[in-house]
Amino acid sequence: MSPLRNLRSWLDERLSWDELVAPLRKKTVPLHRLSYWYFLGGITLFLFVIQVVTGILLLLYYRSGANEAFESVQYIMTQVKFGWLIRSIHSWSANLMIFTAFAHMFSVLFLKAYRKPRELTWVSGVILLFLVMGFGFSGYLLPWNTLAFFATKVGTEITGQVPILGKPMMIFLRGGEEVTGATLTRFFGFHVAVLPGLATVLILLHLLLVQRLGMSIPPKLEVEWTANPSARREMKFFPNFLLRELMAWYVGLGVLGALAAVFPWNLGVKADPFVAAPAGIKPEWYFLFMFQTLKLIPPKVWLIDGEVLGVLAFGLVGLLWLLLPFFESDQPSRTKRWITGFAVFALAYVAGMSVYGHLAK
Amino acid sequence: MAILRNNLRLYGAARYFGLAYVVLAACLGFGQTKNSCLDCHSVLPDALGVSQETFSQDIHAQKGLTCTSCHGGDATSDDPDKAMSRKAGWKGKIDRKQIPQLCGTCHSDPAYIRQFNPSLRTDQLGQYRTSVHGKRLAAGDTKVAVCTDCHSVHDLRAPSDPRSTVNPVNVASTCSRCHSDAGYMKGYSIPTDQFAKYSTSVHYQALAVRGDLSAPTCTTCHGNHGAAPPGVDRVQNVCSNCHTFQAQMYEKSSHKAAFQRASLPGCVVCHSNHGIIHPTDAKLGTGPDAVCMQCHTPGDACDQARAGLLSSLKRLDEAVKSADQVLGVAESSGMEVSEARLGQDQARDSLTKARVTIHSFRTDLVDQDIQAGLKIAAKDLQAGKEAMVERNYRRVGLGISLIAIGIALAGLWLYIRKIES
Repeated sequence: MSPLRNLRSWLDERLSWDELVAPLRKKTVPLHRLSYWYFLGGITLFLFVIQVVTGILLLLYYRSGANEAFESVQYIMTQVKFGWLIRSIHSWSANLMIFTAFAHMFSVLFLKAYRKPRELTWVSGVILLFLVMGFGFSGYLLPWNTLAFFATKVGTEITGQVPILGKPMMIFLRGGEEVTGATLTRFFGFHVAVLPGLATVLILLHLLLVQRLGMSIPPKLEVEWTANPSARREMKFFPNFLLRELMAWYVGLGVLGALAAVFPWNLGVKADPFVAAPAGIKPEWYFLFMFQTLKLIPPKVWLIDGEVLGVLAFGLVGLLWLLLPFFESDQPSRTKRWITGFAVFALAYVAGMSVYGHLAK
Repeated sequence: MAILRNNLRLYGAARYFGLAYVVLAACLGFGQTKNSCLDCHSVLPDALGVSQETFSQDIHAQKGLTCTSCHGGDATSDDPDKAMSRKAGWKGKIDRKQIPQLCGTCHSDPAYIRQFNPSLRTDQLGQYRTSVHGKRLAAGDTKVAVCTDCHSVHDLRAPSDPRSTVNPVNVASTCSRCHSDAGYMKGYSIPTDQFAKYSTSVHYQALAVRGDLSAPTCTTCHGNHGAAPPGVDRVQNVCSNCHTFQAQMYEKSSHKAAFQRASLPGCVVCHSNHGIIHPTDAKLGTGPDAVCMQCHTPGDACDQARAGLLSSLKRLDEAVKSADQVLGVAESSGMEVSEARLGQDQARDSLTKARVTIHSFRTDLVDQDIQAGLKIAAKDLQAGKEAMVERNYRRVGLGISLIAIGIALAGLWLYIRKIES
């Protein structure tokens, strides 16, 4: 018997390995012209793993604290062997992960994969997207450079606009009235402990739900395949789909490596709370659509403060977004067209406002 | 009095409207101290007119002084005869010759001035009497500047007020009102191009363009109330107030004694006075901007030293620029070279220091700064080159990695085809 078989048999005796992997063997992936969208979730997961691995490596040298953070990142970038690569990959994969998470969400929306019985998969996914944005917001401050400092100042100020709870929330986030070293310590804690813990639990739940409920089929195709079961086409998840997913991960790895080598992530200038904010300061691209919207709202709308109204509106839209599957029909033949229209509008709005925010002075 | 009556008659219409204004002002100003002077003078034409708005901006008015504080008279009376009676101490228009003394009545009294501004000096009148203006006034020349010419009158503001005629930013143009007027200055035998030259100077750029209020204007070098030319042998004392290190170097140099022997005005010999432009290394050259060769003979020991100094400065300047260029390319390639960039600031400081040390006219001292700068610039250049090597190394590494990924992808694709065939 070969050593591999020996190991398998050893594991099977103790963990019922065959029983554990049986669902994977049975799992299939529907084959149709839109099947490639199924890769996005896996790519996002791959990038999350990259984040965890590179994040742990960065932790070996990173020191939080207003007097040390910038210098420690500078040390990572210049002195630590391949430190530049690890940090650049961490930063680039964070951005790519947010992009693929958004793309995954919209693909699920357009393919109507959130329908019954996958409501909880959608809810856990949207919460994961919020967490990923939280990762971005908290991680952005950690190098303690000028842009990060002022972006955090603006970002937490917006949080402070929420009626009643806003001010206490802002003080909780900042660890005081102002953005200081205390804010950095808190953000570091959120970034490396709180958010990863929550995200891991939710990812496991998300994957479990995907595994239990299988892959969704677009409603039109579902109707067609129900009427004509012989037309149904499938691919085995293991190894056929997984090998293709692996290819996508390899491509992702290549893109990440190229970005890190050709465009190493900039370190910027150390934050100085006593200097004026740089002109035209903007948040990271994934917050731009919200930032630009808040900028465009007049200072007063009727009797309400414009910014407060904007923050409340985003909160309401976020909540509706989270609960979207519960507005959908149970029948694949009767899916709500307004939800698709809403999704198209949301995508156009997010993309348009992001571009506008990027170009605006 | 008769003249004033005639004037008032001539402007009867203005008086009519003035009366209406007085009534309105009286209504609005109910409860305030009466000032009958302004009731009339606020509606009189330019020569005699002082508007309420103008006077309210005056620092004296703001401190509670009134027209009568300088002009005497009785501002509580509406009757011009009583208000402007000699009996009430009315002085009328103050004679130019009397103005410094009148201002000095309060401004030379420390006990009085302390009530308003304890840090305000009270030696203005004493200083003025030592100035060219003061001396000429005492000799009967009433064309020279008196207090009101520079500080204005009735709308006099604190020098710290940007609208004040004696605010540092406005001093040069205030002086130029007389000193750039060739007609007015005729007979004084002094040039009238000072302001034109100053406007081209590095000092003007600093003060008026960059808004650096510590930059020199006319009064910084000539004094304000005691304004006078610094004098040929005192020029370096004036410049050294700001250019301390240059002055220290110059004091110990051989040039100081040589310039004194030749009655040459120190700093001005090489840098000029009002039109001082930013000095460049070309001053040490032999071209149109060169200054050394105005006195020295080509080929002599000093000329050789000059050439050596110029060559050293150029060498460091080029070394700094070369390192900057390489670091710039490395930085635009995303390489982290901030430490070397910081080093470059030190190298530039050494260059600046060497340029300051030039005022010692000693090659050994200048060479110390040059060598220090060259050492730093060489280190930074090396850091830049290493960053470029590292950049290339990364790209080669990327290429190899992409090839490996490509091979893995091809292998996977072939394997998928094999298991699905």
